[in-house]
Amino acid sequence: MSSRISPKEVAHVAMLARLSLTDEEAELYASQLSSVLDHASDIESLDIHDLEVTAHPLGLTNRTRMDIVVAGLSQREALSQAPDEAQGMFSVPPVLGEPS
Amino acid sequence: MTTMSAYEIAESVRDQKVTATSVIERSISNANALNPKLNAFLAIDREGALEAAERIDSIIAKGGSPGRLAGVPIALKDNMCKVGLPTTCGSKILEGWNPPYDATVTKLLQSEGAIIVGKTNLDEFAMGSSTENSAFGPTLNPVDLTRVPGGSSGGSASSVAAGIVPIALGSDTGGSIRQPASLCGVVGVKPTYGRVSRYGLVAFASSLDQIGPFTSSVMDSAITLEVISGFDPKDSTSYDQEVGSLSAQRGLSIEGLRVGIVTEFIDGSDPEVVGALRDAAEGLARLGAEVVEISIPETKLGLSAYYLIAPAEASSNLARFDGVRFGLRVEGSNIEETNVLTRTKGFGAEVKRRIMLGTYALSSGYYDAYYAKAQQVRTLIKSGFEQAYQRVDVLISPVSPTTAFKIGERSLDPLAMYLSDVCTIPSNLAGHPAMSVPYALDSQGLPIGVQVLAPALREDLMFRLAFALEESASGVPTLDPSIKEAIIHG
Amino acid sequence: MANIEVSPDELALSGGSEFLPKGWELVCGLEVHTELKTKTKLFCGCENVFGAQANTNVCPTCLGLPGSLPVLNERALEIAAMIGLALSAKVQASIFHRKNYFYPDMPKDFQISQYDIPLNADGYLVLPSGKRIGIERAHVEEDTGKITHLGGTSGRIHGAERALIDYNRSGVPLVEIVSRPDIASPEEAREYVSELRSTLVAIGASDGKMEEGSLRVDANVSVRPVGEVPFRTRCEIKNLNSLRSLVRAITFEARRQVDAYLAGEKVTQQTRHWDENVGRTVALRNKEEAEDYRYFPEPDLVPLRPSEEWIEGLRSQLGELPSERRARLVAGLGLSATNDQVETAISVDLYPFVKSALDAGVDPKIAVARCANELASLTPLDPGFEVSWFVEILRMETEGGVSATQAKSMLSEVAKSLISPKDAQEKLGISQLSEDQLTGTVQEVIQQNPAEWGRFINGESQLQGFFVGKIMKVTSGKADGKAVVRILRNLAERG
Repeated sequence: MSSRISPKEVAHVAMLARLSLTDEEAELYASQLSSVLDHASDIESLDIHDLEVTAHPLGLTNRTRMDIVVAGLSQREALSQAPDEAQGMFSVPPVLGEPS
Repeated sequence: MTTMSAYEIAESVRDQKVTATSVIERSISNANALNPKLNAFLAIDREGALEAAERIDSIIAKGGSPGRLAGVPIALKDNMCKVGLPTTCGSKILEGWNPPYDATVTKLLQSEGAIIVGKTNLDEFAMGSSTENSAFGPTLNPVDLTRVPGGSSGGSASSVAAGIVPIALGSDTGGSIRQPASLCGVVGVKPTYGRVSRYGLVAFASSLDQIGPFTSSVMDSAITLEVISGFDPKDSTSYDQEVGSLSAQRGLSIEGLRVGIVTEFIDGSDPEVVGALRDAAEGLARLGAEVVEISIPETKLGLSAYYLIAPAEASSNLARFDGVRFGLRVEGSNIEETNVLTRTKGFGAEVKRRIMLGTYALSSGYYDAYYAKAQQVRTLIKSGFEQAYQRVDVLISPVSPTTAFKIGERSLDPLAMYLSDVCTIPSNLAGHPAMSVPYALDSQGLPIGVQVLAPALREDLMFRLAFALEESASGVPTLDPSIKEAIIHG
Repeated sequence: MANIEVSPDELALSGGSEFLPKGWELVCGLEVHTELKTKTKLFCGCENVFGAQANTNVCPTCLGLPGSLPVLNERALEIAAMIGLALSAKVQASIFHRKNYFYPDMPKDFQISQYDIPLNADGYLVLPSGKRIGIERAHVEEDTGKITHLGGTSGRIHGAERALIDYNRSGVPLVEIVSRPDIASPEEAREYVSELRSTLVAIGASDGKMEEGSLRVDANVSVRPVGEVPFRTRCEIKNLNSLRSLVRAITFEARRQVDAYLAGEKVTQQTRHWDENVGRTVALRNKEEAEDYRYFPEPDLVPLRPSEEWIEGLRSQLGELPSERRARLVAGLGLSATNDQVETAISVDLYPFVKSALDAGVDPKIAVARCANELASLTPLDPGFEVSWFVEILRMETEGGVSATQAKSMLSEVAKSLISPKDAQEKLGISQLSEDQLTGTVQEVIQQNPAEWGRFINGESQLQGFFVGKIMKVTSGKADGKAVVRILRNLAERG
């Protein structure tokens, strides 16, 4: 069994992705992701350093819209799907830290 | 097939031979009758569809023009938004979410008189090749109820194959339209990236996703694509030139058309699948096409590139499912805990696996080795195709290396499941159009499709060949007896 | 640490590097975020306006609803490029990236920003002092929503029980202007932000309101012994909501770091928060714990490839920048450096008046003085007040048709009643006296005051004021002071 990703790395990635995994899940994902990454070793070893990336298949550029106001949603529509709301705003449990 | 084509329905409705209301009644009845067996629909909108049908009938009664798809019942894969119906993406995290806006394709279909009768099942967030990854249970293949319909647009493929609707829309990120079309024996089209607006399609992998039709005939797909394609000011990646007339390609000669069989896509495919492709090639040759075998070695890298790019984009696209503004919330003592609890409970195993893989591939220290490299591989694959298209006009290949597999057969081995996309993925990476045309049946009576691939924006050539293939196709799949029995005929 | 706290009184002392112990110097770079003055947001058609009712300027895109897509605002892009041009930066081909991190004020849980290939790179800003501050980049990105912390103490983040989110600001266009670490004193930082603000306001990019958050500043601060070449560890200071905070925070932080080094401690790379009330910075988190943003190119947007014609078109819209205005006035006044009057006259509201006056041939001294003194005291001007009125009055004054005093009263009358200078002149009873009439009046006053006149012609030149005053009184201020002086001098020479 390949071990390109350790269960510890899996746990770190889960933290970045805001997922919590049981130890068994972490083990399972570690081995499954490792086998996918093993398969990807064919492109890892390619020497194509100077090749351009394909950002858009048709090579479109400079797509913009005019600076004109378009009606959006009403406050009621905006909040209609909110799990919780108060004072016309989306209500959530407290935020502990500043964003990075 | 048991129903009229969309083209025939629209004509009959316009000519007042049938009413839109009666067409919709029958479609809804079939949906209700068959869904307990197929689980193809996540929502059936009887009330909304009948209301729309009455509007169409009244337009016709007043002598108005109801549109090219007047009264045609259509199903949307449940990752496309329509006001009035929930959009779940086959996930618990979105259960009950009612989008406050319409997808562009929804509006375009409705503006031509089409009537949305329901939303179809899919692998959660379109991640899968079997429609077994839906939080609302698997969809079954109407040809054989022990088998998968393919995926991720399995509900749309199944509903068209069973004759519930003549047209259903799917989305194709790595083969999610073409593979289920092949496995269910219907036509399925992935247009050029940018042909059809993605506005209102819940994103899986933004640089690969494209919406396209499932139909039982090539003509219906041509008409549907003519209706849904076009520039959308709401989608910066949509293309600003007309697709042109695809339906006009029917009956055009393919004499002298140079057709290449992609060697790399044959290599890993089942003998029966390859046999069907050879038969198709012979049929085309008889019609005057020049068929050659052609190697595009770069396509071998497709699978690896795809399974880095798609999860990477998905990990970012799916970040917004955080329990704050819509959908499921599992509340914790603070916002961070709420995010974690919500996402852990709301996402299924395959979605989590891909989010994990994508997050890893983008994380610092790995970006250059994985995501950036994979984007460069896209350039390689594109140029591989471009070289091939200097020698031939269109390409053909298998769609899927196998016919429909048994439910549960591959669900434990993600890599084996991923391998079933090997023939379809390169078109997504290159952004090129490709479609599946039902061609033959295997020894068990399971459908085999032939994939037609064309250069970017050359849907016209692709359809010309598809019409020719359809003419020479052999064998229409027989529906599972219990499905046949339940169908209510008009 | 009490010894390093900064009192407001110390502000004036922070001019040079003297605010640090001898032998130490400040190395400071600023990141300035400016909201762009567009009608709509960066990626959707929602209105870009401050102070609306919560969640009323929102749509699927700026709420990050599933299936929504961004489309770039053409005007925001133009303004962003104009900022680059105003900062002498290179406006180049660029792309957008996604910056991925979870935070509830960011509806998609990623921010669309620019990363390694920004729209504008390598520019500079010249301060009024003449010092040039390098600009590393000025890139386009979207703003976040706003969080209100409920419960706990005074709405602050710590101890709050609930957070409420308003997404009206989500998606508002921002340009982040990143300077090079060329700023050597807190006063220079103030000067830089102030000049940058004037520039942004002058080109119509921003309203420059720090108090409404449309201009936000973060400071990267480090210190080093004078003569040391490599940079030392820096700290990033956030929450600088005014120029005053900026100066105080940089002063505090630099002193804190020097003290740490002097005490043999290390400075750790941190993000720190400026607390205006207690006058100090406090650590938020260590940079080592920083999130991994997983930047990657935004697949929903296509690359930007600005053409030469497009760039030149924008350059022609820039108008005169504050530095160019300043140079014009300083030269016109024959000064060697700028002064307060010049700085007032080049401000966004007043400069159009000065410019029109100069273009019409008004004496620069008169133009700057009337603008910086009288006109500035009349702000905010009624929109009905016409530039041509201002120019006409100043031209009359330049040509000697009216006195300075008369010009001032006419300006105030015109601004108050919104009538033409001619009408104001009539209403105020200001009529131009002919040279002969005026000479007659001057001779009358001389005859009435023979003793003083005798002393004046014998060299007591200070009596000139006495005569001018008398004459002004007799003519009820209608005489032109300069003309009176000329006539007095002529008569004195003749004896």
